[in-house]
Parts: sequence; structure tokens; C-alpha cells
Amino acid sequence: MPAVQETVDQVRRIDVDKYKYGFVTDIESDKAAKGLSEETVRFISAKKGEPEWMLQWRLEAFRHWQTMREPKWARVHYPPIDYQDLYYYSAPKKKKSLKSLDELDPEILRTYEKLGIPLREQEILAGVERPDGTRSRVAVDAVFDSVSVATTFQKELKQAGVIFMPISEALREHPDLVRKYLGTVVPATDNFFATLNSAVFSDGSFVYVPPGVRCPMELSTYFRINEKNTGQFERTLIIADKGSYVSYLEGCTAPSRDENQLHAAVVELIAHDDAEIKYSTIQNWYPGDKEGKGGIYNFVTKRGECRGARSKISWTQLETGSAITWKYPSCILRGDDSRGEFYSIAISNGRQQVDSGTKMWHFGKNTTSRIISKGIAAGRSNNTYRGLVTTSRGATGARNFTACDSLLIGDKAGAHTIPYIEAKNSKAVFEHEATTSKISDDILFYCRQRGLSAEEAVALVVNGFVKDVLQQLPMEFAVEAQKLISISLEGSVG
Amino acid sequence: MALLEIKNLHAEVDGKKILNGVDLVVKKGTVHAIMGPNGSGKSTLSYVLAGKPGYTVTEGDVLLDGESILGMEPDERAAKGIFLAFQYPLEIPGVASMTFLRTAVNAQRKRRGEPELSTPEFMKRVRWMAEKLEIEPEMLRRAVNVGFSGGEKKRNEVLQMSMLEPRLAILDETDSGLDIDALRIAADGVNRLRSPECSMIVITHYQRLLDYIVPDVVHVLSKGRVVKTGGKELAHELEARGYAEYQDDAAA
Repeated sequence: MPAVQETVDQVRRIDVDKYKYGFVTDIESDKAAKGLSEETVRFISAKKGEPEWMLQWRLEAFRHWQTMREPKWARVHYPPIDYQDLYYYSAPKKKKSLKSLDELDPEILRTYEKLGIPLREQEILAGVERPDGTRSRVAVDAVFDSVSVATTFQKELKQAGVIFMPISEALREHPDLVRKYLGTVVPATDNFFATLNSAVFSDGSFVYVPPGVRCPMELSTYFRINEKNTGQFERTLIIADKGSYVSYLEGCTAPSRDENQLHAAVVELIAHDDAEIKYSTIQNWYPGDKEGKGGIYNFVTKRGECRGARSKISWTQLETGSAITWKYPSCILRGDDSRGEFYSIAISNGRQQVDSGTKMWHFGKNTTSRIISKGIAAGRSNNTYRGLVTTSRGATGARNFTACDSLLIGDKAGAHTIPYIEAKNSKAVFEHEATTSKISDDILFYCRQRGLSAEEAVALVVNGFVKDVLQQLPMEFAVEAQKLISISLEGSVG
Repeated sequence: MALLEIKNLHAEVDGKKILNGVDLVVKKGTVHAIMGPNGSGKSTLSYVLAGKPGYTVTEGDVLLDGESILGMEPDERAAKGIFLAFQYPLEIPGVASMTFLRTAVNAQRKRRGEPELSTPEFMKRVRWMAEKLEIEPEMLRRAVNVGFSGGEKKRNEVLQMSMLEPRLAILDETDSGLDIDALRIAADGVNRLRSPECSMIVITHYQRLLDYIVPDVVHVLSKGRVVKTGGKELAHELEARGYAEYQDDAAA
């Protein structure tokens, strides 16, 4: 695994203490007025040219949201958010709809190039070479502030019958499909942040894989918050019809800013009979500076439903960014013999606060779930795993295996594990394992005696710690993930 | 020419004085054995040479090629060619031995301004050395020292040493916990590294190891000082008579 050395080289090249993605792109944008009201909701809906039912859906969500209160049970602390002091819609100005990438604002294209995300198809075609000699192909949807700016590989995907497009476009082109599934996993009234998202979401990705189709390439969305004082509320909806398969990856970055920015996304996944969805996240929102100034509030609701028998949903996440993370990608295991998986690496450094985990609801018979969580806390950060595993009375034969491992670096970070386990029938088998460890001085000395610097030693030990989760990421992103881990831990050893 | 000079070295751990004025000169290409009773400071000396945090030098100096190494970080010393074979090698879960070796070799080469080893070149060397040490390729894919037997751990140390090609190898009780066959394999590995370019300090309680790794010089360490120096026959004397008289010497 020579990538470890690469990791270290990468770290060396990067100016430490500086968030690599912290630049701002200077483009003109089209914004909604500041603040949130029915007017804002109507404005967004009109901008998107949405059907009337969608506007009504949003308005209902908005009215309900006004009756809700922000949840306070997570182990995170932040000053009250003034929801009227935010912009809810910001779009790069453009003259007309784009026909090809060449018409895209070159500044935006440059932004994605800087981020290392090739939007140009020839670059993607030339992509990462696999050991077996084939080239990887990844279709990318790029979301810039509130809108999707480019989606690649549309034609090839169409041939396979796969729909992959911005959800705003899907609302125009496939309104029935969207209407059939939207809000069926995360209802518009689900929770404070999801309801807010339901009212004001602006874009995100829509994926539909027809029965029996194995999506011919990785699908991926890159989210970028660029504008100041702008919240990002994207909505992703993925449907895998009977017997289909799709693997999807999202990546997220934002400029370094002194103020906090709100990101409240909703992701819904639906897997029908024998279908499988693999959803991976590399979350690298701006985490704030060392003292905890600035950074993204990442309040996200992600939930998948294994609606059909023998279906499978797998969440893999690498969480390194955000000032505050509040996120519990979950699985509703409704179909008999369905399976849910959650693999997570959550790294916190500086003053970051992470409260993340998963929920596995076992409703179907013989449903199985697996949770592997690796939390790494450095600096003065706090890292909490919060998980729920539950069965209904009828979910006989349900099985869960959970392993939560925490690794502490230094003596000022905190790691917490809060598992909730409810077995409502006697035929369920739940296993829970948890460990907490520290990178010992002896291991560090051993590595350094062999010639590794303190940072190289930490990177090596951490990469070892997270290895079994890292292996779950699509190969195209595993190396990137490994580099990100090292960068996130910069300055964690003194 | 002297590779290593230890001059009147005093060191303490947690405020407790362990080394009380060690003097020792190691010439290029020579093998020195350091023997002595438990608690005489043998392991402490090895840690001080390698720069382990928590081991504080209060007086004296250590020179490598005439340059003091006391201000150097452990990894800097490693790149200068100091290698310590640990008495209790550490386990690193999830990190394959092969990865660890490669990371270490390239980190050192880089620091010395040498080009990294190419993958085929590296693999060729590892395979050759591993075979000599009777280390199965499967073991190199396993996490560093995790689930290794005592013998496997020690052989893994010798493998690391072989790959890193140190100029000064310190072996801290490499014989402890080894049966006679494992001892022979490890000692053969060490002997293969003997050259005018590599000096060694072999720390041991027993003569047994020195039958395999024959030293040029033997020192007796007691209460933090070198109390006697002689040729290889000194080890035999110690085996026959024990350390009692040296403990008295040091006390006197």
C-alpha cells in the first residue's frame, strides 16, 4: 500500500494549517433576498420553474417548520442561528441554459479543476488507471451554491436507461417519478433541518436506475458552497429499481470564511427488490480555524429504505470537515432479508464537534445490519458516535453487528459512544463491540526510530486504524481519502 | 576511527538516575557486547542513544562521527544510521509489515537526499531478506507484529534492520524469548549485516547469544557505569562466575 508514502508527500506539499479548498471563486451570482419567508420559498420554486404541486409541498413544509424547534439533544454546542440572516438561494449568473461544458463560466470550471474534480469528459476518460489496465469512469454532477452547473456522461447513462441529473431538472423532465418518491423516506415533517430543507432546497442530484440495470459507472456529485452568508440545502434522491445496482459518491468543500455557514441537506435512497445502493461521502467542508472560528454547520438527514426483499443499502462516509457535524445516515430495513450497512470514519481536530452515527430499523424478517464506526479525535475536538439499532415485533431473525472504535490523539480531545439498542422480539441477535484507544507514545517512538517523522507516524497509525472502513470506498476515491485523513490530522502532534 | 563516542553519560528517567557516567567508544565495523545484571541500565542506554522521549541526559555527550546527536529527534538519528532492535517490538494494527518497511525505508532515504527505492527493487530486497530469515511472505501482509509469536517479532526486527542498513545497530536483548532455532536464524541475519560499514552494540544477559554473534569487545555495565571491558573471553568468565563481583565494584 504505497499510498501511505504518497499521503505523506502530499501533506508535505500542502501548506499546513491551511485548508486546501479555502479559496473563493469570484463570479457574479443571482441571489434571493436575505431571510426566510413564504416569499423566499415561492422565489426558489419559481426560479426552478417547478410544477404547482412542488410549490405546495414546499409551502407546507415551510409552515410546519415554523412550528418546530431546533433539536438540542446532540453533543454539540453553538450560538443560536439567525435563520433570517441567511441567503437561501444563490446561483452563478448565466445567460441561458448550457448546451455544453464550454458554455460554463470558466471561473467555475477553474474552481472544480482546483479542487481536483475534472468535469471535462476527456479528462475523466483519461481518469485513474486501475491495476487491471482499464480506466475508471466517473459521471460527475457539480453543484455550485444552489444550482447544479454541470453533469457529465449524460448520453452514456441515458443509453443504459439510467437517469442522473440535477433534481431541479428531474422535476421538469420526470415529474411523476420525483413525485412518487420524494419525501417517502424522509417526510417533509421529519425533523427541524429536514423540514427546512424541504421548504428551500434548491438543487441536488436525482438518480433512477431501471429494473435489472447495473449502472455502468460510478456516479458522483461535488458540492461547493461559494457565496458568503449562503446556506446550502441540497436534496438528493436515488432510486434503485428491482434488481439494479448503483454506486454513488458525494464530495463537499467550501471556502474558508470567518462566519459559520449552514448546510442542511437531505438524502433519500430507495432500494426495491434485490436492488443495491452504495452511497459514499467524502465530507470536507471548511472546519473552521484552530480557535474554532468559522466553518460549516453540517446538519444533514440521510436515510435509505430497503423497500424490497433482499435489497441492500450501504453507507460509507469519511467525515473530516465542518465545524459541527450532525448526521446519522440510516437504513429502514422493510423488505424481508434486506441488509443495511454503515461504515464511517469521522475525524475531528482543532475545535471541531462531531455527533454522528446511524440508525438501523429492522422491520422485515431476517434483516441484517452491520455498523463499523471509527472515530478519531485530535486537538480540542469532541467526537461522538450515536447509534440506534431497533427491531419491530415482527422482525424475527434480525441480526446486527456493531463495532465502534475510537482513537484519541493528544490529551485534550474527547471521544464518546452512545449506542441505543432496542430488541422488541426475542429472536433478534444484536452484537455490540466498542474500544477506545490512544496512539501511545511507545508506538510513536517505535515508528520514529524507524525514520518516520511524528506526523508520518500518526498518519501511518491512523491509516491502519481506519483500514477496514477505507476499503469500503470506491477505489477511485480511496487514495484521495487517505490523503485527506493525513491532512486533517496536520498539527495534531506537538 | 570511532563511529560512536559516549562520554561521561548521565541520564535519568522520571527523576531517577539510571546512567552514572558511561564511557564507551565504538569503532567502525566492530561489534560490542554490553552485559550486566538486571537494572544496570542496559536498556536505558539503548533508549538514550535512540532518543526516546522521557529519557533525560543530565551530563555528558554522545557523538556520532564526532557530531553530538543529543539534540536530534529520534527520526533524525534513525536517518543518520542508528537502529534499535526493540526488546519488546510494538504492534501497529492495520498497518501491513510490508507497508511499514517501505514507509520507513523511503522516509530515511528521503531525509538523506537519496531517491526512493522503486517498487520492484524494494520487493526484490524484501523477499530476499525475508527468505533468509525464514519469514513467510504471508507474514509481511499481516499487520506489524500483531499476533506474531515472540520469535516472529524478533525476526521481523532483524528484517527491518536488514532493510534499513544501519551504521550503528543496537540490539536490545534480541535473544530473549527465542528458542535455539529462532536464535540461530536471527543471529545469522545479524551476522549477514556485519561489515566495515556497520557497527553493533549487542545487549544481552547471556553468553548464549554471543556464541552466535561473536563480539570484538565485551563491556560489563553495572549501576549505570561501564565497570569492565575485555575481549570475547570476558563473556565466558561472566557466564561462569556471575555478576556479583561487578555489582560490588560499582558500589565501592
